[in-house]
This record gives sequence, structure tokens and C-alpha cells, in this order.
Amino acid sequence: MTTSLVRIEDKLYQNRYLVDAGRPHIKVRQHQSPSSNLLALTLVCPANCYEVNEDGQVEITADGCMECGTCRVLCEESGDIDWSYPRGGFGVLFKFG
Amino acid sequence: MTVEKFDAIVVGAGMSGNAAAYTMASRGLKVLQLERGEYPGSKNVQGAILYANMLETIIPDFRDDAPLERHLVEQRFWVMDDTSHTGMHYRSDDFNEPAPNRYTIIRAQFDKWFSRKVRAAGAIVLCETTATELALDGDGKVIGVHTDREGGIIHAEAVVLAEGVNGLLGTRAGFRKLPKPEAVALAVKEMHFLPEEVIAERFGLSGNQGCVIEAAGTISRGMAGLGFLYTNKESISLGIGCLVSDFAATMERPYALLEAFKGHPSIRPLLAGSEIKEYAAHLIPEGGFKAIPQLFGNGWVVVGDAAQLNNAVHREGSNLAMTSGRIAGEAIAMVKSRGRPMTSENLSLYKAMLDKSFVVKDLRKYKDMPALIHTNSRNFFMTYPQLLSQAAQNFVRVDGTPKIEKERATTAAFVKARSRWGLVSDAVRLALAWR
Repeated sequence: MTTSLVRIEDKLYQNRYLVDAGRPHIKVRQHQSPSSNLLALTLVCPANCYEVNEDGQVEITADGCMECGTCRVLCEESGDIDWSYPRGGFGVLFKFG
Repeated sequence: MTVEKFDAIVVGAGMSGNAAAYTMASRGLKVLQLERGEYPGSKNVQGAILYANMLETIIPDFRDDAPLERHLVEQRFWVMDDTSHTGMHYRSDDFNEPAPNRYTIIRAQFDKWFSRKVRAAGAIVLCETTATELALDGDGKVIGVHTDREGGIIHAEAVVLAEGVNGLLGTRAGFRKLPKPEAVALAVKEMHFLPEEVIAERFGLSGNQGCVIEAAGTISRGMAGLGFLYTNKESISLGIGCLVSDFAATMERPYALLEAFKGHPSIRPLLAGSEIKEYAAHLIPEGGFKAIPQLFGNGWVVVGDAAQLNNAVHREGSNLAMTSGRIAGEAIAMVKSRGRPMTSENLSLYKAMLDKSFVVKDLRKYKDMPALIHTNSRNFFMTYPQLLSQAAQNFVRVDGTPKIEKERATTAAFVKARSRWGLVSDAVRLALAWR
């Protein structure tokens, strides 16, 4: 298997999640063009939650988030994102951890 | 109506939180532990190796019923380039002792067990409850926590922040800063399932014996990072982690790195035929001694990963977490037994005790290592592994070249890559940081 063929969706499919529908625990602040750290998240987020939309802005879909905090470390202080933990019981549920 | 008040609230049910809650509850304190996961362990990720000595101090007979995978008899350190590994292996029958020193564990299972002990000791454990904020009085003393459950503030004399590397409460309250990108590594990990006998055969193990591989080199593509492979009973934990600052600078995809590590010719045969059942990601504190935040204050202490108590050089974390949790629990119990309030002054006992333990002594020993690794990652994780691989191959390949010429070629390669001054300087800096 070569790396280019790996789809993150296939990896995340192995995990258990309880998604808190309509209450994402991470939000990206409105921006015209993304900061370099925010843009880096589109590659560095291990769950591939961040994507660049047609207008060149970074969006998040946090459903597959593993709550590692990488984006928080890179982008909370600058105000690029708002970061919280999911409500109790929601989010990723590791079977092995 | 009287407000129910606890002696202590422990935020988090990982290694440090469980150690703290168990220690205080077994000394008769009224303890509430909050865990945001469905059950203790469901949010926790680790390699994972358990260090028996530190758990024995807390629960001496843990071997009777704790879910342990394998006791480690062999440690392999690998330096890798793209096609090879140069290894230093240590295997000893001495580790087949009646009370083994290190075990592999699966955190979700182990943490459930630890939590049962915490409950049996008398603590109340409330799961599916996210602590959202510390509650402070007018003088800035912590008096409890807010949660996402209805009912307002839960009151306590002291709060133990065992909230992990990415904890929110302490940072939101301004007690410590969020870790810097160069002070945390992002690790991604997969669980590969294989029949027990296949694992035993591939690693030369019998019974419950286990083996660990830790690898550095071109697998991290010049970033400061480490790959690992731990044998469990019927699975292999495989992962790789690099500094978050390096990920941001190189824009490498973590799971692509993991795929490449899995596909390395030295790793691939060890995993052949496995079924992957989970993919996880987690941050690891890497800042060492200089990144340790304020450890106590008016009505609070911070323990474990939240306090950056992780020894990156020896890849020890859970034992530091457990020990800091135990010591915090002991300190709070002592303050309580003397009938004193949980002021900053009285809780400084925790830091005084922790400073005397191996936790702070070990981190102090390696205080200069994180900066050295962070600023020289390309040399240590790319250039030297490649040079070492070439040197090893040059040494063992027989091709008619006179040995003297081979040795000259090897020396020349090192000098060309780092210069004579660079080689000496790297060695000296490494020695000083290790000292």
C-alpha cells in the first residue's frame, strides 16, 4: 500500500464516536484568508477535520475529531479557532486507547 | 439547604487522576472524580507501557487482577533510514522475574480497572461529565468546578487538575499557559490485531513475554520524532509522534507518516496479516523541566501530563503521572489531617514533596535536552541516521574494496555531512544535555 492511497475516512471508520449533532466543540473564526498555522491544520490535523473551501477559507467538520488538541496548540492563542471539549459522553470513544 | 462539599474534586480519570483520587479516598477523604468520557479510559491514549514500581507504591497487589498484556523482556532501539535499521537490542531473562518491572497495557481496559479501585476506596466517580471551568471566590481561591451538567458549582476544599496535556480548566483560569507547539508532540497510533501465537513467533516470545521497539530516523522526515511498536497479548500498538511545531513547519500529514512507517521493510513483516481496529491521536508533553508550570495555588494543584510531567528522553510518562497524582493526594490528605485550609502556602507541600521524588529529579537532569532536539532535529533525525546506516552497510557489505578505503569513505561521509567542528560540537552538546 502506498501512502497516497490511504484515505483518512477509512482510518476513522474504525473508531467509535458519539457526535453531538449541531454542537461542534471547535469553531473556526470568520476570516478572509487563513493564517499559516490555520492553513497548516488542513494537512497536520490527524483526523483531517480541516479543509479549504472554494473561497480559500478554512472550514472545520469536527465529527471525526480525536480531541488531541493539535489545532488548539497551534491556533487558539491567535484566536483563529475556539476550542472546547465535547459535552460529557460525546465525541470519540476509544475502545483501546 | 446545605451545599454538599467535597474535600477534593479530581478532574480527569487518567493515570494521575486515578492515583490522586485513590490516594485521598483511601485516606478517608471525601472525593469526587469527574470524567468526561463514557467510562474512565474512553478518552485516554497511550502506547502503552506500565511501570510496575510506581503502581505498586499505590496498589501493592495490582498484579492480582489488573488487565496486563505482556511483561517486557526485550527492548530494541532502532536507528532507521529508508531501507534499513541499525539496532541496539537488550533482552534479559532477568526480566522473567516473579514481579516483573514493566508491562504493556491497553489503556481503555487498564483505566477501567484502576477506576474500580478508586471507587472501592470510597471515591465518587462521575462519568460523562465535562468540567468546564474552575469556580473562584472573590479572593481568587478555587472553591469548586462548573460542569456541563445542571446544578451549578460543585464545591470542594481543593481541586486536583488531572486534566491531561490538553486540559482546559487550568489554562482558562490563567494558572498555566497552553503548551507551545515545540513543547508537545503529536502521536498517531493504530491497534493491529494478530493471533497470540503469531506475535510470539515473530518476536521470539513465549508465555506473557513482551517486546518493545523504539525507532528514530528518516521515518520522521527530519522532524524531531519517534516511532514505536509495542507487543500486547493479541495486538500490536504501532505509532509515530513528532513535535507539533515541526508538523506545522513541514506540513507533513501525520497519518501519511504512520503509513510510511508501517510500510518500512523492517516493520512491514512484523505486522503482516494484521487487522486494524483503531486509529488514535494524542499529544505528548515534550517540554521537560523548563516547561513545568506553577504546580499549586489557592485551592488547587496540577498533576500528570497537564503539568508537563513527562520524561521524553526515557519515554516515561504514566509513571510520572501516577507518582505526581499520588504525591498530590498525600499532600492534600496531610493538610486536611492537620486541620489546615487548602491555601497556596499549605499546598506548596505538594511541590516540596514532588521536588524530592524521581519525577522532578529526572526532568531536571535532562532540562537542556528538549531545546537541543528541537533546534537540531534535522541533524539528529535525518543526517546522523543516514550516516549510521551507510556506515553499517559499508562495514558488513563485502565487495572487494580494501577495508582501509571503506573506513576512509565512512569517515569522509561524516565530515562532509557535518564538518569536523560540527561533529565535535554535536557530541559535546549532546553530552552536556545528557549529563
